[in-house]
Amino acid sequence: MCVLEHSAGVRVDGGGWVLKNRGMANPAIEIEELTKEYPYGFLHLKKRLTLEGLTLQVENGEVFGFLGPNGAGKSTTIKCLMRLIFPTKGTARILGKSIEDVSMHQTIGYLPEQPYFYDYLTAAEVLDYFARFHGLTAIDRKQRVQKMLKKVGLDSAKKIQLRKYSKGMLQRVGLAQAILHDPQVVVLDEPMSGLDPLGRREVRDIILELKREGRTVLFSTHILSDAEMLCDRVGVIVGGKLRGVGAPGELVGIESQGIEILFELGTRGERPALLARATQTGERYRVQLKEQELYPALDELKFAGARILSVTQIKATLEEFFMELVEVDRAQASAVEVHGK
Amino acid sequence: MMNKTLKAVVFGVAVLGGMAGLWNVQKKIDTERQPLQLESEELMMSSGSMVKHLSLEYAPLMAAIYWTRAVQYFGEKHYLHDRNLELLWPLLDITTTLDPHLLPAYRTGSVFLSDTPPRGAGEPDLAVKLLERGIQENPEQWRLYQDLGNVYYFDKKDYPKASEAFEAGSKLPGAFLWMKIMAAKIAAEGESLETSYFLWKQIYDAANEPEIKKNAESHLRLLQVQLDCREIDRLANEYEKRAGRRATKMNELVEGGLLRGMPRDPEGYPYIFGEDGKAELNRNSPLFEEQMMQKN
Amino acid sequence: MKNVLIVATNTFREAVRDRVLYNLVFFALLMMVAAILVGQISIDIEKSVIISLGLTAISVIGLFIAVFIGVGLVSKEMDKRTLYALLAKPLERWEFLLGKYCGLLMTLSVNTAAMALGLYAALWTVKHPLAGADAYVLVAVYLILLKLALIVALAMLFSCFTTPFLAILFTAGIYVAGVFAADLRQLKVVKLEAATVKMLRVISYVLPNFENFNVMGAVAHGRPVPGLLVWNATLYAILYGAIVLAIASAVFSRRNLK
Repeated sequence: MCVLEHSAGVRVDGGGWVLKNRGMANPAIEIEELTKEYPYGFLHLKKRLTLEGLTLQVENGEVFGFLGPNGAGKSTTIKCLMRLIFPTKGTARILGKSIEDVSMHQTIGYLPEQPYFYDYLTAAEVLDYFARFHGLTAIDRKQRVQKMLKKVGLDSAKKIQLRKYSKGMLQRVGLAQAILHDPQVVVLDEPMSGLDPLGRREVRDIILELKREGRTVLFSTHILSDAEMLCDRVGVIVGGKLRGVGAPGELVGIESQGIEILFELGTRGERPALLARATQTGERYRVQLKEQELYPALDELKFAGARILSVTQIKATLEEFFMELVEVDRAQASAVEVHGK
Repeated sequence: MMNKTLKAVVFGVAVLGGMAGLWNVQKKIDTERQPLQLESEELMMSSGSMVKHLSLEYAPLMAAIYWTRAVQYFGEKHYLHDRNLELLWPLLDITTTLDPHLLPAYRTGSVFLSDTPPRGAGEPDLAVKLLERGIQENPEQWRLYQDLGNVYYFDKKDYPKASEAFEAGSKLPGAFLWMKIMAAKIAAEGESLETSYFLWKQIYDAANEPEIKKNAESHLRLLQVQLDCREIDRLANEYEKRAGRRATKMNELVEGGLLRGMPRDPEGYPYIFGEDGKAELNRNSPLFEEQMMQKN
Repeated sequence: MKNVLIVATNTFREAVRDRVLYNLVFFALLMMVAAILVGQISIDIEKSVIISLGLTAISVIGLFIAVFIGVGLVSKEMDKRTLYALLAKPLERWEFLLGKYCGLLMTLSVNTAAMALGLYAALWTVKHPLAGADAYVLVAVYLILLKLALIVALAMLFSCFTTPFLAILFTAGIYVAGVFAADLRQLKVVKLEAATVKMLRVISYVLPNFENFNVMGAVAHGRPVPGLLVWNATLYAILYGAIVLAIASAVFSRRNLK
């Protein structure tokens, strides 16, 4: 189990969590001890915790990623923030206003998971409909709707009824309605889901643009590479608990864990001793070595006339950090079962 | 492409052929089932209040449906010369339970019920029951009293009750003056040709249903015959006084100056003297048969 | 309150585009056929039959729309999650509910008005000119609309806390029970204990008394409808509907969406 350290003295291990406190001046989103119980079973007597004591702060103007496997509690947290679900315990504030205050919704935008809209309306009509709740004038609405449609690339399809839209197109409509009214805080639940690589690129661009405009973006995803690329900070949730918060680079060890060489055998057909430690895929061989073994290995391969394809450093990725947390969580859960409560 | 249209045509023809075959088979089945058709003279539900409950809020519509059924039932039985009208009362009972204000059900229904067979069901008591219910639910309708009076007068021959009915009806708004007059006349004389004729004339004048009108017309004609014969007999007596003997031919009355022309019945056939010396219908007249039927 | 109007107009637009109003075609056909046939089947009651048939059709078609679409108003949005993005707007949950209700009510009003026109057209065809008493048909139609307004409220209430299927069942069940509610107060047939009779009386007041809105029998025969009845029925509908919608709002406001 890797224990990750950071210069600021943050320790994260499988047992609990530690909040990285930057002492924020004006947090855009503040979540305190958010807990959600779901009763289940016969007569709803048993309870399951989908969220346990979540405490978190998102700074103004930052892009924050919520990471976690499916069912970890990311969507639950976001739905609590949007008052679609009511937390069992805990509070939250957005831009200083309690989430119970409906007027707060004027300044936030939300993209739900797998959005779906009214079948018989066109994209322009749906956006106009949503815009009405923000008290914009008719002319203002028209302009913004047009701007948004162009931004998400739906201008050509704006007169087609939504029931004919593909999933990707619906996702874009969802994004458009989330940012139409110039919200200060934008909350996106799995914004990349259902999009092809081009679509994902576009969404990434939009998120970056939002950041440039100084808005706060909170989005949830289970695609680690997106998080690494976009986020200022990341929060990892597993099993309803926050396991770690920090910049993507910080949560992962900076130490190198070794070197990997990718090579092909030479035309002479000689077989170096290294092959014993290598894994083969077709014509290529992959071998992992400690740093100090690098040069001797390279010499060996040179003498054998092998062709070196690449030499890379093995770094602990966010993925591994992730996986380990999940494993620990599972182990703990089964331990509880075995020993009883 | 040719293949596709060909396939479509073949498919279409096959379906049509199948439907034609189906139609033929169905016709055969229908003829085969004829002897099996047991005439079940039963209503699925004979309780008016049950039907009313099942109709939820739509009782008046159900009433219209049941009334239509009753009319059809009556017409069918008539057409088949079937005297068995046992479902008539239940149908009318249900109809008026569903909609107590459906006046035609009471009015026409009571005629169907009270008229002597084969014209009607021959149940004047049920007709009275129906009309009394109608009067209870629609106390301002004087016509119902007229119908009640008719049933008592014609079918039950209960003249005091008939007079009562006409009297009661005469007091209601819109009632015609003759109601009061008739009440008095019947109370005094009981049955009389003039009264009968008059009452049927009222029915004939006010009726909208062609059935009722035809029925009334038939009654009127036979009454006319009776009135004519009575008048001819009076003249025949006069002749006897003058001539000293009984006339045997109508001509004699004409020659005697008592009649201006040959007296003819409403169908145009001349009256003749019967063996008893009284005027009667010509055997050739279609009215003769009608009169025979009425006597049964 | 402005939000309520926004939701209402959108609901109306959705219903229209969902081709709900096509039922009017069916109704028109029905009236035409009836007008043609009725003269051949029965004399003296042509008007009465057209009115009874027309009012029944208006009531039944309206009932179907009220129940099925009424239940769908909330259920469909929750199922398909169209609701999620909407509730993230500065919109209270009760505003959403009330807006949906008003939207369907608007649709029903338009639908019913059109059918009333069709009914008058059929009446005119069968027996023109129309008499003054025929105006009472409008009163009957208005009362039917009140009844439908109540049913929509009930449908929405049930759909806020059960599955669509059960909500439809419950609403239909309450409709039938409500039709007989007045009878419960007049049980003479069976001999019951005083306590049972009292309980039944209480139930009969709790249930929606739909007979309050039924004047078909009178109107079919051109009899007048007392103005006081219309006034009180309106009061009843408003009061009962407000209570139902209030409960529905309360339930919906605390409901966790999946």
